[in-house]
Amino acid sequence: MSHIWIMIAKRLGLGVVTLFVVSLIIFLGTELLPGDFAQEILGQAATPETVAALRERLGLNDPMHIRYINWLTDIARGELGVSLANGQSVSDLIGRRLGNTLLLALYAAAIAVPLSLMLGILAALFRNSFFDRFANASALTSISFPEFFVAYILIFFLAGAGGVFPSISNFRTDPSFDEFLYRAFLPALTLTLVVTAHMMRMTRAAIINLLASPYIEMARLKGMSPMRIIVKHALPNALAPIINVIALNLAYLITGVVVVEVVFVYPGLGQLMVDSVAARDMPVVQGVALVFAAAYVLLNLTADVLATLSNPRLVHRR
Amino acid sequence: MTRFMSNGGVSRRGVLKGATAIGAAALVTPWGTPLRAQPTRGGTLRVAISTGGTTDSLDPGSWDSEFMNFQAHTRNGFLTEIATDGSIVPELAESWEATDDAVVWTFRIREGVQFHSGHVLTAEDVVASINHHRGPDNTSAAAPIVADIAEITADGMTVTVTLSAGNADFPFVMSDYHLPILPAQADGTIDPSTTDGCGPFRLDNIEFGVRADYTRHDGYWKEGLPYFDAVEQILIFDNAARQNALISGEVDYIDSADLNTVHLLERAPGINVLSITGMQHYGLPMDTRAAPFDDNNVRQALKYAINREQLVETILNGYGTVGNDHPIGPGQRFFNTELEQKEFDPDRVAFYLREAGLDSLSVDIHLADAAFAGAVDAGILYSESAAAAGVTINVVREPNDGYWSNVWMQKPFAGTYWGGRPTEDWMFATAYAEGVPWNESYWSNERFNELLVAARSELDEDIRREMYFEMQDIVANEGGTIIPMFANYVGAYSDALAHGDQIASNWRNDGHRMSERWWFAS
Repeated sequence: MSHIWIMIAKRLGLGVVTLFVVSLIIFLGTELLPGDFAQEILGQAATPETVAALRERLGLNDPMHIRYINWLTDIARGELGVSLANGQSVSDLIGRRLGNTLLLALYAAAIAVPLSLMLGILAALFRNSFFDRFANASALTSISFPEFFVAYILIFFLAGAGGVFPSISNFRTDPSFDEFLYRAFLPALTLTLVVTAHMMRMTRAAIINLLASPYIEMARLKGMSPMRIIVKHALPNALAPIINVIALNLAYLITGVVVVEVVFVYPGLGQLMVDSVAARDMPVVQGVALVFAAAYVLLNLTADVLATLSNPRLVHRR
Repeated sequence: MTRFMSNGGVSRRGVLKGATAIGAAALVTPWGTPLRAQPTRGGTLRVAISTGGTTDSLDPGSWDSEFMNFQAHTRNGFLTEIATDGSIVPELAESWEATDDAVVWTFRIREGVQFHSGHVLTAEDVVASINHHRGPDNTSAAAPIVADIAEITADGMTVTVTLSAGNADFPFVMSDYHLPILPAQADGTIDPSTTDGCGPFRLDNIEFGVRADYTRHDGYWKEGLPYFDAVEQILIFDNAARQNALISGEVDYIDSADLNTVHLLERAPGINVLSITGMQHYGLPMDTRAAPFDDNNVRQALKYAINREQLVETILNGYGTVGNDHPIGPGQRFFNTELEQKEFDPDRVAFYLREAGLDSLSVDIHLADAAFAGAVDAGILYSESAAAAGVTINVVREPNDGYWSNVWMQKPFAGTYWGGRPTEDWMFATAYAEGVPWNESYWSNERFNELLVAARSELDEDIRREMYFEMQDIVANEGGTIIPMFANYVGAYSDALAHGDQIASNWRNDGHRMSERWWFAS
């Protein structure tokens, strides 16, 4: 078992290095964008005097390596800094939004993961049947449409005049759990439709791949029922690739849902990132980028650990 | 149902000496709204606003988005108010008077106005609030607006403002949305991050880029106002989401409707579309220092090569009026009614090109939809009509991101929009006077600059009208900006809401004051 702990420690160390590299790339990338914060925030109202005064006040005149090092030392002390735009602390800004984003991701995952596993197993069981083809075709259709289109279709049928669900997830700062489930249902369903295909098809493919192996044939010759073969014997060996795909999709649910946020007016991290990049509000951009990068690092690590644990040959290494 | 409303011209009466008279008349209807039906108290107004972001801030000097403008008037009081008919009426200033040269202005501050915190308004609050935008190294977007104030002092309940040059329209300047009156601190400054205010609603909670919640200020000094118990303001960027929210009853009012689908909204039951002709206009500024735009004949040729009717029909879907290359709207008090309306005219294009000594003309125009909604399409329509008149216009599509810092006033031919300014002088002085920072076309005209200064402190209305007529003529026929269209403010609201007979045209949302001017019809 101890080698798993060593692996986790190593990967976490590498993760910190990854975060550092990501922050550097994001910083340089944002520097390359034309215009700086003082110009962007004042927009059409910018005059040379106000832009100069704002730059002076916020220290934007310092050379870029100084600004990056300043930011880095703050991070080392555990401070994400304050937003250039409104002086709110970045950790507060991100904290609220991250909570919303995680809730929505969990909500969608809670529907999508069991659904796609089940569909994947059933599709493998009844492969090449009408059910298999139908499940495949509908999953592929929903993933092929752009997210906003899926969202609009759902709004058209499930919200709007006389609809059952609200078309926007407009809730106050502390909604009750029931209210949250009700108001966030359409965005969660949209995301479910978008991520299900990937996970379902991976489940199906991984299981079918194993069905040709000799030990499955043995089980079949023993007269075991097909369902039992798949769930008891094939699935445990197919878990590693499935876990990896699920982890990637979860990461996507956290980092890549800005379009869904906009359509359903859901206050998540995506919109915060977009606004901050547009205004070149560097501390917020960096903070959100770190959260996104950390989500990928942690989810991938979790996937690897789980994949290792699911394989006795790797757990009990000699 | 669509309600077309326009600003019915503004009387200059009361701006200067008659201020006390208006103040007295204002006792009857202080908010200047002739009421159609008896308004009723109660209900929560739910408003969806189209622009704003997580980068908004509480500092009044940074207010720029519609979200913060709506907040400004819902939470705050201002020294003066632009009434629904476009006239200037007292708000926190009870009355005012000026010296004959319009240089020294004395405002009498209203007694007993209560802030949400319980603090009672003083003249020092007013001085501190204005001073927030003054002084060296000021970062306020309103710094240029108050730059003409040489001195501002408080004495008892009066505030005396000395200007560096006469300005007969100064009370209009004090109604600007950047200049809310906030409580002064001990050191004579305001706290720019305060949520206090003396407007109709108390700000309970604001999450930038998401929402703001307000409750009624029971100690509000305007008797009987506001009508709503609470206001919920949410930000919805997406056009379809905003319109869906209105149709499904999630909100009562949306500040902006998508012009491509507004006809569908009109057909929806229980929804009213509101279309206000204001001062918002779209323009195409040319750098008059750069060839070929330094030749007025070229500018005239380009002005006659654009098909304005087609742009209004296509880009604005009919929700607007044609422009005449000057920034004064048809509802404004000195709008030049005698000026010939420019139309698409290939013969005149050919004439002006000959005058310029050119056989052909080919120019690049740099556009992005950040300049105004539909700017790129407008550019393509322009290049089609210009081609028919023998002028080649290449539309260069620029990114929305960074448009105002990298394209606008950087490229010689680009796009722009203006929300307009309530007075002719303010608009001209902001974007057409020589050397001002927002002179988009780097234009300078001696006669125009002379007239601008003279008209500013001219007290005889007829002479002043003549001067502004001539200035509009000069801007239209010698200026560097093509102004093909004035865009209406198009919003929509549910049947449950009611408003006064006249709706202000100076900004969206009934001059951003709908939270105190509107009510729920019972």
